[in-house]
Amino acid sequence: MNVPILQMRGITKTFPGVKALQDVTLDVNRGEVHAICGENGAGKSTLMKVLSGVYAHNTFEGDILFENEPCDFASISDSEKRGIVIIHQELALSPYLSIAENIFLGNELASRGWVDWRKTNLEAAKLLARVGLSENPVTPIQHISVGKQQLVEIAKALSKEVKLLILDEPTAALNDEDSDHLLDLILHLKGQGVTSIIISHKLNEIRKVADAVTIIRDGKSIETLRVDQGQITQERIIRGMVGRDLDSLYPEREPQIGEEVLRIEDWTVQHPQDHTRTVVHNANLNVRKGEVVGLAGLMGAGRTELAMSVFGRTYGRAVSGKVFKHGKEINTSTVPEAIRHGIAYATEDRKHYGLNLIEDIKRNISMAALPKLAKRGWVDGNKETTVANSYRKSMNIKAPSVAAITGKLSGGNQQKVVLSKWMFSDPDVLILDEPTRGIDVGAKYEIYTIIAELAAQGKAVIVISSELPELLGICDRIYTLSAGHVTGEVPIAEASQETLMHYMTKEKE
Amino acid sequence: MSALRESLGFLASRLRQVGIFVALILIVLLFQVLTDGILLQPQNVSNLVVQNSYILILAIGMVMVIIAGHIDLSVGSIAGFIGAVAGVMIVHWGWPWWAAIPACLLVGALVGAWQGYWIAYVGIPAFIVTLAGMLIFRGLTLITLKNQQITPFPDELRALGGGFLPDISGGTSVLEWLTVILGVGGTAALLFQSIKERRVRRRFNLENEPMAWFATKTAFIALLMLVITFLLASYRGTPIVLIVLAGLVIAYSALMNNSIFGRHTYAIGGNLHAAELSGIKTKAVTFRLFVNMGVLAALAGLIFTARLNSAQPAGGTGFELDSIAAAFIGGAAVTGGIGTVAGAMIGGLIMGVLNNGMSILGLGTDYQQLIKGLVLLIAVGFDIFNKNRAGGGSSIAKRFRLRTTPPATEQTKAPAPTNAPAEAATPVAAGSRDPGNA
Repeated sequence: MNVPILQMRGITKTFPGVKALQDVTLDVNRGEVHAICGENGAGKSTLMKVLSGVYAHNTFEGDILFENEPCDFASISDSEKRGIVIIHQELALSPYLSIAENIFLGNELASRGWVDWRKTNLEAAKLLARVGLSENPVTPIQHISVGKQQLVEIAKALSKEVKLLILDEPTAALNDEDSDHLLDLILHLKGQGVTSIIISHKLNEIRKVADAVTIIRDGKSIETLRVDQGQITQERIIRGMVGRDLDSLYPEREPQIGEEVLRIEDWTVQHPQDHTRTVVHNANLNVRKGEVVGLAGLMGAGRTELAMSVFGRTYGRAVSGKVFKHGKEINTSTVPEAIRHGIAYATEDRKHYGLNLIEDIKRNISMAALPKLAKRGWVDGNKETTVANSYRKSMNIKAPSVAAITGKLSGGNQQKVVLSKWMFSDPDVLILDEPTRGIDVGAKYEIYTIIAELAAQGKAVIVISSELPELLGICDRIYTLSAGHVTGEVPIAEASQETLMHYMTKEKE
Repeated sequence: MSALRESLGFLASRLRQVGIFVALILIVLLFQVLTDGILLQPQNVSNLVVQNSYILILAIGMVMVIIAGHIDLSVGSIAGFIGAVAGVMIVHWGWPWWAAIPACLLVGALVGAWQGYWIAYVGIPAFIVTLAGMLIFRGLTLITLKNQQITPFPDELRALGGGFLPDISGGTSVLEWLTVILGVGGTAALLFQSIKERRVRRRFNLENEPMAWFATKTAFIALLMLVITFLLASYRGTPIVLIVLAGLVIAYSALMNNSIFGRHTYAIGGNLHAAELSGIKTKAVTFRLFVNMGVLAALAGLIFTARLNSAQPAGGTGFELDSIAAAFIGGAAVTGGIGTVAGAMIGGLIMGVLNNGMSILGLGTDYQQLIKGLVLLIAVGFDIFNKNRAGGGSSIAKRFRLRTTPPATEQTKAPAPTNAPAEAATPVAAGSRDPGNA
């Protein structure tokens, strides 16, 4: 039965400045469910984009053999012609079109440009039956749940006569019931001869459906474990996923930890659109003066959601729970309130949520605390420039002047502008969400130094990061989140990548 | 040589701002020639100022709304409505002008608050709310006027539209001296301010305009102001609306650059999410912008009504389009976050000179509309074209860089094949625009 359907050999893909994939090998047998595991940013999605033609064949090195024939896809439609269909994490459905229209979108059942609606709806109904979805094909997509939308995506894949189905974190946005149904469907399709590749880091799911697991770490394929050889165990997968070298340098620091500054109690957040999903469950955590606390978790664990819901309810609905500062309950229900209480949140997505890219450095730095520079509503431009210049110097922002447009700076320098902005608002608690994402190694060290300095000044710092070595390098204490639950609180002395990953993949009782 | 290159590089990087200024001058020169010198005759210059004042006042508010990422289609109807309200207050009720003017501005503020509420707090797109407002306030204008014009207005109010500052020399001098004093004083103040700003920038090590460009530009603007002063002084002096307009331009430029409110407006338009996450009360800022727009529309309506000496059912029709065009020609970005009051004024003057020049030439409104439409399209198209070509900077600036960097070797492969045609096409495209640049 071990007939290979897909062989990827020596796949290397570089982006400017980054080697996203390095000599990756992937072997998938016909009719199996093959899981791909790895930390955030390990290169899983990139590999799947290479396979499905999102990246054209001449933009990477290496060979792909599908059904023993070489593949040189120039676009996603080429791979679909061969029966390889990818379903992205962000569903590609048009909300106002019907289920049937979505299934045949770009592939309409038409003659001479005119859609045959009878045939479209009939065929759609047949496909829906195959994926076990009992919905009228003319129902608009927006009226069915995300779980059912996911099934529609699979029906769409089936309409293209899929041989190899790629699912990128298919259950990340689903509740438990829908997840179970989806996994059953994958097994059902396997029975019909459809091979699947599923990107997931939910180990219970992998155990349920996967015949084999390939582990990717830092853009390299580490190993492939097979269920028939009894190799798939949680320990083995965790060991493969972490094991990252602790080669980065971290500044030395002597933590001077004082009294508690911020405490969050029973924090529960629901998804803003999907009311059946609770994104954060009864989270409790605290941070003390001069302390750097890490929040570790895999994609979808609810770290950013937790932070943003605390910071002025900028995420989620039906947020409940209490926030205490210095033991007194505070109101953080709007961003100005949160800032007034000395909380700052530096976003993980600085381009969309952190910076005004068409504006210059000084105006970005002053954005969150303009009143500090103003008298009766009028901003003192000279003072603003002085302040910005002092941050440019102390943060080592590399730019010709503080009048330079932030959109033209490198990622590291943009991040320093974001940090300067929040430092200037003079907070007591800084929540830094992925502070080193998309930044080169040298700049990372500078960011770590800044974090250490902030703690030394007596600020309470919360760092959200997907890079475990980074958290181990700079934190005093680390909370782990898994599927919206705080699953562990680990003092740095007891923390290792393995223990953290153990908690991060812990299933709820 | 290096100074020249520095200046050229600077001009290329600011092509848009410089270009719009050059375009205004070229259009003025063109019509000066085509109209056999009528365009710049003292009386016509005076007319130009008065005729365009209300569009320019609307453009101030409009560019602010556009910077925040919105639009206002209702300003023409609001201006017409306020004209009607003023007519009822002054002519029918017999209110004195000094009570009617603030009352009208207050009505404008209420109208703006009405629209601002729907846009900022309910979240209906400004396009829809103000499209509705365009109809609502036109309807209210007709109702208020009972479909008939109201006239005449007292002289004090009419002075706001067509009056001049008093002639202190008693009409005996060739030049009107108050105008000369104001013009020369204003020019001196401008020079002083520019030099001071340049000093400050140098003190803080900010990038400065190259000296050659700065000197040329400042001298040119000063010269222009003096010429206009001379022309106005040799006719009937300074129009009162020019004083109002100058005051507004100075005040609003300062507001947009130096006040918290102005900064928040740019921040909202530049990146709404980042502004919200920085604690900016985005709804309150949006609301205030529309209240402000309502007040300025009311002022424009008063001036227009005063100039015509009658409140008319169709008063203000089409003002919204002229003021929106002025803001965009003046460099405001369609996506928000970019634009200046000064730019909108230049944009408004371009439209004004086009209107005036074509009227003198005897071109009908048919051709006037055609040409104004094309100018707007070209101005904004040029913006977008530049942005797409170079991803932020201008393509001509890119060409300057290309010349100074060594050609790409075989080892440094192009990052993606899709970029290659664009890169190759750039010099050609840039070259085709050379005549404009030379």
